[in-house]
Amino acid sequence: MNATMRRNGYRADALIETLHTIQESFGFLDDVSLRFVADALRVAPSQVYGVATFYHFFNLKPQGKHVCSVCTGTACYIKGAGKILDAIKEQHGIEPGQTTPDGELSLLTVRCVGACGLAPAVVFDGQVIGNQDVEQTQARIEGWISHANS
Amino acid sequence: MAVRSRIKTLKIDGRDVSAHEDETILQIAEENGIFIPTLCRIEGLSLIGACRLCLIEVKGWNRLVPACHTHAEEGMEVFTDTERLRNYRRMIIELLFSEGNHVCAVCVSNGNCELQYLAQRLGMDHVRFPNMQPVRKVDMTHERFVLDRNRCVLCARCIRVCDEIEGAHTWDMRGRGIDARVITDLDIPWGDSETCTSCGKCVNVCPVGAIVEKGRAVGEMTKRKDFLVYLSKMREAKK
Repeated sequence: MNATMRRNGYRADALIETLHTIQESFGFLDDVSLRFVADALRVAPSQVYGVATFYHFFNLKPQGKHVCSVCTGTACYIKGAGKILDAIKEQHGIEPGQTTPDGELSLLTVRCVGACGLAPAVVFDGQVIGNQDVEQTQARIEGWISHANS
Repeated sequence: MAVRSRIKTLKIDGRDVSAHEDETILQIAEENGIFIPTLCRIEGLSLIGACRLCLIEVKGWNRLVPACHTHAEEGMEVFTDTERLRNYRRMIIELLFSEGNHVCAVCVSNGNCELQYLAQRLGMDHVRFPNMQPVRKVDMTHERFVLDRNRCVLCARCIRVCDEIEGAHTWDMRGRGIDARVITDLDIPWGDSETCTSCGKCVNVCPVGAIVEKGRAVGEMTKRKDFLVYLSKMREAKK
């Protein structure tokens, strides 16, 4: 974190890069690090929070062991991303942005991952997989969870 | 007075007007007594062009442009009050009404509200869109002020005045789109904010009843905005 900020000369415009480093190191952005960055870069805490919540990439809560991000961009939405999302919500009882109580699965939505040709696309633990349907998505998530339980 | 820039002549609603090239259409219109509605703009703060109410038509341009960000050009023909613009403006106000909970009858700013004024002035007699009836948090933690996000129109005046005039930058906006909300510090209760100086500037610039003084009854909240022009003038003079 300090290295990133130093490399950018503690300029305020290094904010996003610094937030990236924090998320890489800790998996999410907690209040302590947000305050620390705000102080070090001399940016108002509210502005840091505004940036952190503007980009879907940043998480303010710890993520589950596995992260499933459903693309709800226009192309994916038309090709049935809504159904995939609803199925996961119903099956696991979580809303986008939430994590199952056992900490196994986090569900996120993203706006366009740049894979519109493969719509609907779902990102499983950072890997973009295209042409998904409800069954395929659920099978993959089941795979994660049963693997964890065995 | 020395000439600060070149003079341009243009037409606004068929009237011949002249203006400095660094003036915006909005300024020129106001100097000539032509009404263009605005909501996010307030004199003394930077322009963000967010409310889209000041959109105007220019002959030969196929896009509508915001008057607050469009500069005078020689021979330009501007229209500020066409049927198309009236429709869009009314729709913007209707969308604001449907997105939040704007119930004038129980609002402390009833009668002193810029949104209410615009709705009346632009002839909004009903809202075509279903009311979303959002449930948004009301923050009563500050000793003297109240933040009611249900009445917020996201004009960002509070954010700008706190940053540009007070210099505290206590306010900012979190999230985006329909989830956007004004926040204090790291989205903590206003009363717990360490950066807030309780100066009350945000209360006075808020165009609606979203940021108000505590203990006011319906229609009792009046705001003064003249301080802003005075403060920015004085700050400018010191530079």
